[in-house]
Amino acid sequence: MELPQTRDILEKLAKDIRADLTGDTILVGIHTGGAWLAEELHRMLGLSTPLGMLDISFYRDDFERIGLHPEVKPSDISFDVDGADILLVDDVLFTGRTVRAAVNEIFDYGRPARIRLAVLVDRGGRELPIEARFTGIKLDLGEHRMIDLLRNDTGELELRLRPGN
Amino acid sequence: MKIHIKNGRLIDPKNHLDRKADLFIAAGKVASIGEPPQGFNASHEIDANGLVVCPGLVDLSARLREPGYEYRATLESEMEAAIAGGITSLACPPDTDPPLDEPGLVEMLKYRARSLNQAHVFPVGALTQGLLGENLTEMAELSDAGCVAFSHAEKPLDNALVMMRAMQYAATFDLPVWLRAQDASLSRIGVAHEGEIATRLGLPGIPACAETIALSKILRLAEETGARIHICRISSSEGAEMIRQAKKQGLPVTCDVSANHIHLSDRDIGFFDSNCHLVPPLRSLRDRDALKRGLKDGTIDAVCSDHTPVDDDAKLLPFAEAEAGATGLELLLPLVLKWAEESKVPLIDALSRVTSRPADVLGIESGSLSPGAAADLCIFAPDAYWKIEPKSLKSQGKNTPFLGLEMKGRVRYTLVGGYVVYRANPS
Amino acid sequence: MQRQLNKNGELQHLLTIEGLSAAMLHHILDTAESFVGVTEREVKKVPLLRGKAIFNLFFEPSTRTRTTFEIAAKRLSADVINLNISASSQSKGETLLDTVNNLSAMHADMFIVRHAQSGAAHLIANHVAPEIHVINAGDGRHAHPTQALLDMYTIRHFKRDFHELKVAIIGDIMHSRVARSQIHALTTLGVPEVRVIAPRTLLPKGVEHLGVHPYHDMSKGLKDVDVLLMLRLQNERMQGALLPSAQEYFKYYGLTPEKLALAKPDAIVMHPGPMNRGIEIDSAVADGPQSVILPQVTFGIAVRMAVMSILAGS
Repeated sequence: MELPQTRDILEKLAKDIRADLTGDTILVGIHTGGAWLAEELHRMLGLSTPLGMLDISFYRDDFERIGLHPEVKPSDISFDVDGADILLVDDVLFTGRTVRAAVNEIFDYGRPARIRLAVLVDRGGRELPIEARFTGIKLDLGEHRMIDLLRNDTGELELRLRPGN
Repeated sequence: MKIHIKNGRLIDPKNHLDRKADLFIAAGKVASIGEPPQGFNASHEIDANGLVVCPGLVDLSARLREPGYEYRATLESEMEAAIAGGITSLACPPDTDPPLDEPGLVEMLKYRARSLNQAHVFPVGALTQGLLGENLTEMAELSDAGCVAFSHAEKPLDNALVMMRAMQYAATFDLPVWLRAQDASLSRIGVAHEGEIATRLGLPGIPACAETIALSKILRLAEETGARIHICRISSSEGAEMIRQAKKQGLPVTCDVSANHIHLSDRDIGFFDSNCHLVPPLRSLRDRDALKRGLKDGTIDAVCSDHTPVDDDAKLLPFAEAEAGATGLELLLPLVLKWAEESKVPLIDALSRVTSRPADVLGIESGSLSPGAAADLCIFAPDAYWKIEPKSLKSQGKNTPFLGLEMKGRVRYTLVGGYVVYRANPS
Repeated sequence: MQRQLNKNGELQHLLTIEGLSAAMLHHILDTAESFVGVTEREVKKVPLLRGKAIFNLFFEPSTRTRTTFEIAAKRLSADVINLNISASSQSKGETLLDTVNNLSAMHADMFIVRHAQSGAAHLIANHVAPEIHVINAGDGRHAHPTQALLDMYTIRHFKRDFHELKVAIIGDIMHSRVARSQIHALTTLGVPEVRVIAPRTLLPKGVEHLGVHPYHDMSKGLKDVDVLLMLRLQNERMQGALLPSAQEYFKYYGLTPEKLALAKPDAIVMHPGPMNRGIEIDSAVADGPQSVILPQVTFGIAVRMAVMSILAGS
């Protein structure tokens, strides 16, 4: 399968978001790929609102099976969540469990006015009733292929397909 | 009963004998070596091919837990363990409950032991009443009842005046005094050798000087009183050196070491292995090596098992709260063989430390294969390995630092007074 | 020998700092850093250990340590059961392992153990079912690993790097499990110079084999030091054969502003609490600008959350 250029997907996503942006929309990226993406979108959209980062390790539902993620990073939510208009950003939307954890975590900081979701790739396979408001591209990868967002030394983002396990 | 032991390697340290020869037993005594006595008709033959035939082992310290601690072990179980370990004579310390401070108690113990028809039991009487360190016991009477020596076991005897009087009184009747050298005030709360390991583990320490200070007191008082002194279970390098010097000066002093202490050091405690909670404490590697040397050069006369059966309930506790002691009767021979191999000591010399030398300390006739001597024998396979585990031990005490290890040297037969009292299951 | 790590190299129990790698210690401190953020939020709680039963098993009373573990467990959404087992109930015949077996049958997931005897936590860890985790909250004079970890967190927070530091531990080293764990942690994390300062009666034999330099004189021992770790002097040590009096101890080993001035100007002062003001530390120092004693307490919660969640996830 040939992937379109990551840059083109990014441009499309940024365009969609821009059309629906309010003055106080705050981007919150999910560690790690979502955080890179949120940074990039923040720059592309020329936003001056703060940028948040979530590490959802403490909210995962698979702790029982796989334990604590070996590289937990502190979450960084330095704005007042009460009444905030949050745009949650992640690289790939798959089962929806990561987004569920992120929404739960946000509510432990306060009661936002609204949370919307933006993803670079929606690969289907949902296990929870969660959909993205903004989607860069929809891909049907089947069960056995994985897609990752990588960031190279110059800060450029690139989607990469690989065989899954 | 006439027994012909054929093809064995006879080792008799007392008579400097080490050769392959047959041994003939009649009327409970060694009848002859090499050729049978005239008209000898064996009623029983033992093929000792590949086995060592030596005098039965003499153990200078084995707690049989009677009277008073029958829930830990009984005379029956521990006497079984003794003969399974090739031990035919053993001395038991007086720290029973009540202590061995009355002739009646000693007679009862002797009677109970005799009725089992196994190893000979030699009670060591209490030096003071109740081992309280205040009033002397009736040592002469106790001696008549069967006590071979007098000791204070592990109970403190810090009062120098009482110690001196006890030695004077014992010397009056030429009775030996056996003492463990440990200053009570320096060791009261300690549970491990004071040094790097105890510091790391946060265990209260017993300094080596607890031994040397007590030892110097004992040796000076021995000199003063002329008492015959035996030092039980020496544990430190400095202590061994003091014994060496005392012997050089001609003081009538002898000394033993526990079989645990010639192999283990405080490092073996690892992370709080309560099987290594022993009295005296396991000391440093340097001390252990000095004990091995002292044993080799004769400074230390004998190795004892220091057999102290402790039940699991008393061991499965934090290190300091766990009761001190380890089972030892069945490990004495393998541990001595291990020392001989590691220290390059000829087998005959090694065996002297558990036969003729402790027999001399006890002042008993056993410990030799001289014609006419009581036929107390140990016949063992020197190269047979066996695993130390609860089910391989007859003693009710299953705790030892050597648990799980493979040891060389397995007793095949034990004879007491010309009777086979123990025979290993053919494996 | 008790292994704290499971066959995958993960922490199964936390019994002692001894033997843990620098990477493992940093992993715990990094995880704690994430939890510091959690404790500053509106909802100071994460659902990580929801449904887990954590037993605070205190054979030696300590409200303070027990409370910090309790708060940490509750912030991880675990159920916490506090048991103060007095010496008297132990003497009624139930052994330590009886108690533990009984609680295991109630489906405990983790035991936090405080005991007056060195090695008690090791004993328990050796006898619990493999799915149960044990945290040593102080055993005799032996170890207090979570205290040492929170001290390391505090040092890293204020000094960033361990590799250039001079650290002094001051006071009753002999009887201190905190000191032993601090020494292992500091040497493992690469602190080039660890000093212990105490009169000879309060220094255990062979302490230099743990990789520290003993000092008996504060004026020499405090020179150029970056971090001062004060220890609590127990009341029962203040008289008798160890020390003549609390007054004399304070005069020669109590940390006053004058003595603190011998250390580096930006040196930090720490204390595991509770403090004996006027005995091991002067109030002017305890409440002064160089004291980081209160941040220690805050970080202590996050460090204990980190340890619990790393163990529960292994």
